[in-house]
Formats: sequence, C-alpha cells, structure tokens
Amino acid sequence: MTPARKKRLMLVGLMIFGVGVAVALALRAFNSNLMFFYSPTQVVAGEPPKGALFRVGGMVVKGSIQRPGGGMTVRFALTDNRNTITVQYTGILPDLFREGQGIVAKGRLRPDGVFVADEVLAKHDENYMPPEVAGILKKPKGMRTGP
Amino acid sequence: MMNFLHRLASPPHFYRISGRLLPWLGAAFALLLVAGLVGGLYLAPPDYQQGDSFRIMYIHVPSAWMSLFIYMVMAGAGLIVLVWRIKLAELVAVHSAPIGASFTFLALVTGSLWGKPMWGTWWVWDARLTSELILLFLYLGVIGLYNAIEDKRAAARAVAILALVGVVNIPIIHYSVVWWNTLHQGPTVTRFDKPAIATSMLIPLLIMALAFNLYYFIALLMRLRLALLEREAGARWVANLLAEEEA
Repeated sequence: MTPARKKRLMLVGLMIFGVGVAVALALRAFNSNLMFFYSPTQVVAGEPPKGALFRVGGMVVKGSIQRPGGGMTVRFALTDNRNTITVQYTGILPDLFREGQGIVAKGRLRPDGVFVADEVLAKHDENYMPPEVAGILKKPKGMRTGP
Repeated sequence: MMNFLHRLASPPHFYRISGRLLPWLGAAFALLLVAGLVGGLYLAPPDYQQGDSFRIMYIHVPSAWMSLFIYMVMAGAGLIVLVWRIKLAELVAVHSAPIGASFTFLALVTGSLWGKPMWGTWWVWDARLTSELILLFLYLGVIGLYNAIEDKRAAARAVAILALVGVVNIPIIHYSVVWWNTLHQGPTVTRFDKPAIATSMLIPLLIMALAFNLYYFIALLMRLRLALLEREAGARWVANLLAEEEA
C-alpha cells in the first residue's frame, strides 16, 4: 500500500471511530428517552414522572382479565415476573391481546396505583411456530424487560 | 487475486463478464423467487398466534436484511473510493443507494401493514422503527447529494463520506431491540442459539432472502453496465462494442 493510501485509510478509520464514539455518547445520554416503555418494577419504584403520560410494558397475568360492568372497560394485571400493576382500559383491544401475551399500554398512573391506559398495543414475541407445536410446548416464557 | 480484481474493475472486462453472468443470475433469481413464494405463502403452516398474517414476513424480513446489507456494500465501496480511488467502486456506491432505498421503503411499509392488525398501530416511535426510518433518509441523502454536485467524481467522494458516517446507524438498527425496550420484537433468526422459528417456516424465509440478494446483484449489475457505457461513451472499447453489435 502506498503511503498516500495508508494515510487516507487512517483518516477514514479515524472519522468512523470519531463518529462512532460521538453517537455512542449521545445514545448513552439519551438512554432513558429511547426506552419505549417502563416495566412494572420501574413503575412500582416510582421512576416514571408523576402525572405524566408514559408507557408501561409487560405480560398480561393469566386469569386476571376482568370486565367490570360488562362494557368496553377491561381491567387486567400486568407483570414483569417481579412486580405487578393493575391496568384499566376502555376501548378495542388488538388481535394479539390475550392472557400471557406481552403488551404495551400508554396512559397515566392514578394516585391509587391503577394505570389508566388510553392506548393498548400488543407486543409480539420473536417465536414463530405452527399451532400443533405451540399446543405441545405451552411453556410460559418471561418477557424481556430492558438490558 | 489482486491482479484479477484490477482486471475486473477495468470497464471493458467488467462489461463483458457481467453480460455473460446476467442471464444465469436472472434464471436463478426467478427459480428462487417462485420457490420462496410457494414455500412461504402456501407450504408453510400458519403461525400459532398470528394465523396467516405472519406471511408478510416473507417480504418484510428479507427487505429489512437487504436494507442493511446494501448499506454495508455502499459503505464498503465508499471506503474503496476514498482510499483507492477506483472508478467502479464509485458507481457501486452511487447505484446501490436507490436499490437500498427501495428495500428500506418496502420493509417500512410491510411492517406498518402488519403492525396495524397485530400491534394495533401503524407506527410507533420506538428505537427499531425510528432507526430504520433514519436509514431511509440516509439513502435518500446519498441520492440527493450525488445529484446535487456537478463534478461526478467529486460527488462520488462526497457520497462515500456520507455513506461511511451513516454506517454507525447499522449496528444501532440491528441491536436496537436488544439495547432498549421496543415494541418491535427481538431477533428471531440472527441470534446465537437456535432460531426461534419452526424449520418449515424458516426455509422459505432463507430462500426469499437469497432471492432478494440475487435481485440486488442483478439490478446493480444492470445499472453499472449502463453507467459505464454513459461514462465511457467516447472510449474505444465502447465503439468496438457498438461495431460488434451492428455486425
């Protein structure tokens, strides 16, 4: 390699390294803003700002879905396998919403600890399999909640 | 090896070799595409939770992979442009961008169409979706920058720098679902332990990925051949080529 090319290669390498470090630092600084949702444990610990709109994500606890009043309002428990919070939502739920399924709810925390959601999204897991196989496996799988 | 590469990078050689390669690539692409579509849309079983809706992943996932792969090729070509100043690499970097932008757009649109029935929303600003959108803007930026500069060799160097700066986004897209909480699910196929997908669903996906790869190479080769003819319109090998075609 000629000295001129070596110099150019070094410069390009330095540029990529510099940009990489800058972006890594920026992302670290904004780490909490880049999280799409809080986990129930973080909510119980009081991490999300009080009275503000935020998202909480976790798994719908099996057997916890209630419809008080029999209307469009639904109440269920949301867990990350360490802590559980109660979520209340009025509206149409997505197709994938069911017990044991990961979901993300957007709303506010009421003073009594109930999370009142105005949007519920289903979080699909990374497993793909035919219905027969799913019937055999049926193993509960914890949802990953952040690094 | 270096000798072979240097010969390949010379326009007349490249034009001849690519011309012979194209029909074969086209035939292989057609075969793989049909096999992948039949396998994915017809033979693969429905998913245990999503039913038949999951089949959109046979377009979505290969498109998303290609959007990353093509960017890496573009950045690699950009490095060669800046360090070795090879003309052919300039064309590879420049002409990869529209193909990459198309695949990125396809990945975003198919993901959105799937997201509405499955997640319950067309779009969320989570880390995966946002970083993929930034990738689309990077591609569009490369296209715009190249067309904005009159001197095409200077334009290619500017494009190379932009492509190399943007390469930092590639690991961010890939690891976004691991580093941060996202609505988008985690990696299924590209993780260290066994892929979390049934083999009967995985095989059509890999075939489709291969077909999309071939499509990229075919589209790139055709663009490069045209660009070479345009750029070297006055060269003797082009005149000879035209004489051959007329005879």
